[in-house]
Amino acid sequence: MEKTRESRFMKYLRKDRLPNIFCAGCGNGIVMNTFFNGMEMAEINMEDVVLVSGIGCSSRIPGYVKCDSLHTTHGRPISFATGVKLANPDRNVVVFSGDGDAAAIGGNHLIHGARRNIDLTVICINNSIYGMTGGQISPTSPQGSYGSTAPYGSLENPFDLSKLVTAAGASYVARWTTAHPLQLSSAIKKGLKNKGFSFIEVVSQCPTYFGRKNRMKSPLDMMQWMKEESVVKRKADRMDVAELEGKIIVGDFQKKDAPEFSERICQLSSEKCPLEKPSAVRSAYRGD
Amino acid sequence: MITIDEKLCKGCNICTEFCPHHVYEESENLNKKGVHIPVPENEERCTKCQVCSLLCPDQAIKVDEEDEN
Ligand SMILES: Cc1ncc(C[n+]2csc(CCOP(=O)(O)OP(=O)(O)O)c2C)c(N)n1
Ligand code: SF4
Repeated sequence: MEKTRESRFMKYLRKDRLPNIFCAGCGNGIVMNTFFNGMEMAEINMEDVVLVSGIGCSSRIPGYVKCDSLHTTHGRPISFATGVKLANPDRNVVVFSGDGDAAAIGGNHLIHGARRNIDLTVICINNSIYGMTGGQISPTSPQGSYGSTAPYGSLENPFDLSKLVTAAGASYVARWTTAHPLQLSSAIKKGLKNKGFSFIEVVSQCPTYFGRKNRMKSPLDMMQWMKEESVVKRKADRMDVAELEGKIIVGDFQKKDAPEFSERICQLSSEKCPLEKPSAVRSAYRGD
Repeated sequence: MITIDEKLCKGCNICTEFCPHHVYEESENLNKKGVHIPVPENEERCTKCQVCSLLCPDQAIKVDEEDEN
């Protein structure tokens, strides 16, 4: 009886670690739910999933999930995930990363993962700031936004992550926000189903640092802002630069068929392997 | 039926703001943890769309499905 009074997602969580450490209203918990929802929509079981993350508030997500997971070093989750995927090509390998983790210290791993089109699903929680370390400016902080390292407003040009990863060669790229939980769930589903590098950018709220420093006092203000300022890609494609100032473009950025890296490695290994059996190659990896 | 787990809720009230049918109201009083818990005051309006449980960052909301009692 007790069990039925719990969230529908509780079955995936390590209950002994709850409540999670995220601040009240932080977007990280919402992204976690949409991942579970997208996974159910894709009809994938948690036993077939491996979650990999780097360092940051967003990177703590895998620690709450009952599954095989790796909490790695700052900026490197895509490198670890590449190894996991090549050794276990049958698993769905999913990376949770922040904008600092994925685009600053981990920027190279991100573009090269996309270039190889390796079958990973990277969920990048873009809150435009370094949350964990106290609100420093990140490579996605909008020009003019405030952070603890930009008391007069950021001077830098931010990365448009979805465009960057599309240009680098990923086969599925989408951007949504935490104020679009249904669309986000279905983008995650599409990412999981895509055989290749999938990048889902989630514009999210860090009310504690980004919100407080940028005149959005509550998580509700931040989510209203994301909802109001979002423009779907199809419409945005017909708007000019001035009209798009300050807007968040959401939707699918890329969806294409392209050769996938782990499959090609496996194929090459079996071609070059004297026994000519991929299973022999796999068992060599496992050492049995 | 809607259940809020007070051990998990941090009082962000995203559910109160984003429920499409305005089912919740923020309680005026603080609970033991110092949190304004959302209260499903208008539960009769609930269509079980599950948007609140998807948006709850703390997995504190349970909305029963049609076939549950
Ligand atoms: C090699 C290394 N450099 C720097 C740090 C300090 N550090 C920890 S988390 C972080 C940035 C976190 O920002 P982001 O990845 O955007 O995640 P968020 O906390 O916002 O979710 C930094 C710089 C570190 N842990 N390791
Ligand atoms: S500091 Fe920001 S990103 Fe980190 S848990 Fe708090 S609100 Fe979330």
